[in-house]
Amino acid sequence: MAVSNIGSRPGKAKTEFRGNLLDELWKRQDVSGFISDADISTLAQRFNLADIEVEGVVSFYHFFHRKPTARFVIYLNNSIISETKGFVRIREAFERETGIMTGQVDRTGTFALFLTPCIGLSDQEPAALINFFPFTNLNAIRVKDIITALRNGASPASICDMPENNIRYMAPDDKSVFFRKFITGSAMARAKEIGAAAVIETLKQTQLAGRGGANFPTWKKWQSAMLQPAAPKYVICNADEGEPGTFKDRVLICTQAASLIEGMMICGYTVGAQYGIIYLRAEYRWLKHILEDVIKEYKEKGLLGKDCAGINGFDFEIRIQVGAGSYVCGEETALLESLEGKRGEPRTKWFFPVERGYMQLPTVINNVETFCAAARIIEMGAAAYLKIGIPGSPGTKLISVSGDCKRPGIYEIEWGMTVAELLELCEAEDPYYIQVSGPSGECISMKEKYRRISMLDLLSRKDIRCGGSFMIFNRQRDLVKILLNFSEFFKKESCGVCTPCRAGSFIIQRKLERLDNGLANEKDLEEIRSWGAIMRDTSRCGLGKTSTSSLILAIEKFHDYFEAKLDKEFNGLNLKFDMEAATKDYEKYKT
Amino acid sequence: MSKFVEIKIDGKVIRAEEGRNLVTVAKENGIFIPSLCYYEHIEPPLGTCRVCTCRINGKAGPACTERVMEGMDVEVNTETLKDTRKAIVEMMFAEGNHICPACEKSGNCDLQHMGYELGISSTRFQHLFKDRLIDFKPTRMVMEHNRCIKCMRCVVEVKTADGKSVFNYLNRGNETYVGIDYQQEARLSEEQALQAMQLCPTGAIIVKSDIMPKPFGDRKFDLQSEQKDYNSNESIVRKRISEMGKKKIATISLAGCFGCHMSLLDIDTELLDMVELVTFDKSPLTDIKRFSTRCHLGIIEGGCCNAENIETLRLFREHCDILVALGECAVWGGLPTMRNTIPLSECLEEAYLNSVTNEPGNHIVPYHEDLPKLLDRVYACNEIVKIDYYIPGCPPDANHIWKAVKNLLWGEAYSILYSEFKYD
Ligand SMILES: Cc1cc2nc3c(=O)[nH]c(=O)nc-3n(C[C@H](O)[C@H](O)[C@H](O)COP(=O)(O)O)c2cc1C
Ligand code: SF4
Ligand code: SF4
Ligand code: FES
Repeated sequence: MAVSNIGSRPGKAKTEFRGNLLDELWKRQDVSGFISDADISTLAQRFNLADIEVEGVVSFYHFFHRKPTARFVIYLNNSIISETKGFVRIREAFERETGIMTGQVDRTGTFALFLTPCIGLSDQEPAALINFFPFTNLNAIRVKDIITALRNGASPASICDMPENNIRYMAPDDKSVFFRKFITGSAMARAKEIGAAAVIETLKQTQLAGRGGANFPTWKKWQSAMLQPAAPKYVICNADEGEPGTFKDRVLICTQAASLIEGMMICGYTVGAQYGIIYLRAEYRWLKHILEDVIKEYKEKGLLGKDCAGINGFDFEIRIQVGAGSYVCGEETALLESLEGKRGEPRTKWFFPVERGYMQLPTVINNVETFCAAARIIEMGAAAYLKIGIPGSPGTKLISVSGDCKRPGIYEIEWGMTVAELLELCEAEDPYYIQVSGPSGECISMKEKYRRISMLDLLSRKDIRCGGSFMIFNRQRDLVKILLNFSEFFKKESCGVCTPCRAGSFIIQRKLERLDNGLANEKDLEEIRSWGAIMRDTSRCGLGKTSTSSLILAIEKFHDYFEAKLDKEFNGLNLKFDMEAATKDYEKYKT
Repeated sequence: MSKFVEIKIDGKVIRAEEGRNLVTVAKENGIFIPSLCYYEHIEPPLGTCRVCTCRINGKAGPACTERVMEGMDVEVNTETLKDTRKAIVEMMFAEGNHICPACEKSGNCDLQHMGYELGISSTRFQHLFKDRLIDFKPTRMVMEHNRCIKCMRCVVEVKTADGKSVFNYLNRGNETYVGIDYQQEARLSEEQALQAMQLCPTGAIIVKSDIMPKPFGDRKFDLQSEQKDYNSNESIVRKRISEMGKKKIATISLAGCFGCHMSLLDIDTELLDMVELVTFDKSPLTDIKRFSTRCHLGIIEGGCCNAENIETLRLFREHCDILVALGECAVWGGLPTMRNTIPLSECLEEAYLNSVTNEPGNHIVPYHEDLPKLLDRVYACNEIVKIDYYIPGCPPDANHIWKAVKNLLWGEAYSILYSEFKYD
């Protein structure tokens, strides 16, 4: 495909463009099930790198293996939602049926079983990927059937599930922004009609803010990219959706790929970009063909390629880059590194991506939902959009709802809906603890159920802004176990570059374990709060900055719960210590 | 062409050239912002260690990745920020396995120096004791992964003649470490290898067969110390103290080597004064086995490696008003923690089952009800009981110990000289 070298710098191509490294590694991973020493050396030579650099990239992404795997590689999701839906039983079932332990490969090279964090199917957990095809709503019997079928020669592609979109709710009275009918080319045509300046003006009026979590005003980002003199420019769609419990981008890609592509085109047209790249998380490889088909269709219709949409001199192409298993690659600068074929380590704030992004050139990065919303806003016009939602926070928001409720799925709510209303819509069952916007977001208790979901009052924290998900937990759930699951996630997914996040996550996890084992006292809680604040203030990127925020809030909001877990006899001097556990190893030598 | 701007650091107005690095500008104006990964000519700055965290225009962030701009308002030395930066360095000590007494770079190490500079005597964090490799495979170097703080300097700076990397991060999360490319490393010149060692702020890169260029003794940081002794004009020794007024001290060596106790005796003639002022209760010095009375001060040497250590330590906590952890082993576990990264069974089997014995065929791991039970790992004293004060060092300087004791018991003011506070 000619597009595969989009982004290579013209003229300088002596050695192969490093941005192709991830694709090359995927080829080897897919064909032989692992990346061998020989592969590393060959690739190092081709890309003119030291072996250790290729090794560094391979070892960063958890879907790349350095040891042989198997014909069928099973990735079972171990997110907290999966845990509450029976993860342990499913893992046992897989282990029993395949005859291997988690993390192992069987001797015949038929099955390999690994765990992976949230795969974006929280509304149909427990779920797993087998050779990156989705299998949802698993139970022990289904696991048995699946493994038997595979043994008997079925291919994962032929027996996998087609996950439901589960769109449960749309803002009534034709107020749905995202899910109304979309006519190919309509939004782009409108953009052409009104021109770049008006596109920015419309986004400004409608206050569209980034839907990937940071809420940065989209018009500002586009405008500063537009003003950059350097060329070519890039438009990148962040489809890494790694935040556990979030699956709105998945559903948008399944149902609204055209509006996504058009959002990117409008952006390209507005800022003067030539290339678009969709960074698709590897967990969503099964969605890749949907995007490819739409891109193909757009090309055929002359909407992509040279003089797109009949605009003279507007050449715009889009390619897809598949990630390789790493949550932090959703962070925009880590994503850029990853696109350049490197380890997904977030950059420092020395330059902003709009100044120097992909290949050090001006780059706009937006979330899937942001691009879809942009296309829709341009299509429907500011006036219509401003009628939806509440003043100061117009429009709708997609929320992925999962956990203890009868109707998990996607809710397109008008901004301004209260937590209580949403809980009622999804038929939450005895909700007690709600995790908003994933582990890096915030937790709320039922005392706050009348808070509105909006973009208002960010400072006073009266309203809740939601990045895209609600994970609901009922009273039976163990909060410490939930928080331990999160801390394990952050510990594993930290890129490892900065001290507070790399070491801090580990340290905090040890503290939580103390709490879980009933060894902690009030002072430990105090320390968690204080250390969490240190991590927030010193971490290099959002991952480390937010990794302790729920923990700190939980201690505050569910203090009674934590108090019950504390060591009550603590006299301030003797700390609790589990002598039995500490001498267990030695007791083995008792004769 | 250069444009000058005005910025404020801790309220002080400073004129500086626009766009220069904040850490450097601060330094030139006499304001010290601690830094570890920052290396002036690497651009963009690495920004990995986060030791330079300040508040810039109200927002917490690293100073080393900031360019000076008009109107910039920087806070450096607030109490919170000082504590935050200290915490980051403590985190490095807790994360790595920094056993300074056994390190070639001790005395020449930026991390160690930063520890002194920020006044760290113990870390607030539990040490993680991750098992790490000491890699002897490279041609010119030994890679001591226990000591690497992942500052990234070697990753971006050390290149072969044809521009190939020698070091790179491997894995991610808390498994991240700096891998070395054996092939490329072998192509480095002797000089380049030495440069890599010097570039490394810790003792992680050690060039083989190179005797450390500087001998033990005076180190680069020693020369910078200009501290003067603080003379308290009112010495307690001059006061007459009755037998009743004597303070009672108990001491113990848990999983220690008695080195700290030896150091305790190292004040020579002052020892005679000391006997006038204190009585020793339970202590190896008196050989009194049981507490005969409540003590004012308990001095603990060594961490806890067995069940008896734990019981003894708790006993001390019960019978002493103030507990002091004396020396590295008591403070965080020290040298005995070298076993913390290895499972107990492996240690025991290596020592008792796979070793040569003069009773052939009689390989057993000692276990008897009279023997203290070994713990799964060595614990720092503050993991078991509350410790009131820490005197670090391996061993701590005798003068430092007594100055601290005098201060604790009689409130005597004192200063600790740099020479008494360096332990390398
Ligand atoms: C650790 C981390 C993970 C992130 N993951 C994602 C993600 O999966 N998808 C996404 O759109 N944004 C993610 N973001 C936010 C991006 O950095 C960035 O703000 C966003 O892509 C910008 O697009 P927007 O303005 O449209 O929201 C993440 C940020 C951090 C710090
Ligand atoms: S905060 Fe965590 S993920 Fe972000 S740069 Fe630091 S180590 Fe990497
Ligand atoms: S080996 Fe030294 S220079 Fe390299 S990252 Fe580790 S501490 Fe830094
Ligand atoms: S010196 Fe600034 S982050 Fe290391």
